[in-house]
Amino acid sequence: MIYRKKSTDARAGEGALRVRGAQLSDLGQVIEIDAGITGLRKTAYWAEIMQRYGSGRRQRFFLVADLGGRIEGFVIGEVRDWEFGSPPCGWVFAISVRPDARLGGVGTRLLEAISASFRKLGVSKLRTMLSRDNNLILSFFRSQGMMAAPFIPLEKDLD
Amino acid sequence: MRLQKNTLLALYSALEFAANPERQVAASEIARKYRVSPHHLAKVLRTLGRAGLVGAVRGVGGGYRFAGNAKRLTLMDVIGLFEDISAPRRASAKGARRRTEAGASAAPHEVEDALGVVLAEIDEIAKATFSSITLATMLKLVERRRSRDG
Repeated sequence: MIYRKKSTDARAGEGALRVRGAQLSDLGQVIEIDAGITGLRKTAYWAEIMQRYGSGRRQRFFLVADLGGRIEGFVIGEVRDWEFGSPPCGWVFAISVRPDARLGGVGTRLLEAISASFRKLGVSKLRTMLSRDNNLILSFFRSQGMMAAPFIPLEKDLD
Repeated sequence: MRLQKNTLLALYSALEFAANPERQVAASEIARKYRVSPHHLAKVLRTLGRAGLVGAVRGVGGGYRFAGNAKRLTLMDVIGLFEDISAPRRASAKGARRRTEAGASAAPHEVEDALGVVLAEIDEIAKATFSSITLATMLKLVERRRSRDG
């Protein structure tokens, strides 16, 4: 897969990239980014996510990377306590960057920001789970130093 | 999971080259470092060269130089040149496929098929792991472990 050198550099004059809590007014751009990548426009889902993870929620974080008013990407996660006896950990369940803004450190900034938020809550472990076919995001998390966790995801068909 | 010797040697070599992309590295240097015969290594490097991962520099002081993109090249890309870790499991012989009556002990093909499912699961996980780790990430991991142990 070939990615063009991101255009974030080219837009550097528009202001520095800022990672901040998501606001209701960001939702349109978040939905657009997600729909552009997944091919599905999940408006109701994102409204629900905003309600549950938007600014001010305890142990929950929905952060966006803002470059002069343009949302370049977002990350969502929460602190999960004592799942199957596991001490509290920071759990990232979504991270996405506009295709034309990739390879410029946006994802790294988002992950660093949410990690800092988790640390402030006393959490010292970051976890995530994603499809093993999702090579793009898997490679990103690997590049951030993430390794296989001592867990095995399991599933079954519910007949 | 055990990789073949040639595959491991290819990974060591690719990482050596990727760590110093501007430098020409002599095959003999890598052979000494990893205690393998230069002849054995030469065969591995030829395969890496044919795949465009390294380029040979001829002449005095010649050697090999990295020609790939360490941020894009994954461990699986290198491994795939030498072995297929996701080969489909051998299906049990058709002749042995007789329906087993309920309550009877499992037929050999049923046990083989079930075990094949588990082994395929392990292969898929290994493949996903190798496919998600680039040479650049691997070099960072080496550096992190060195810092931690140092």
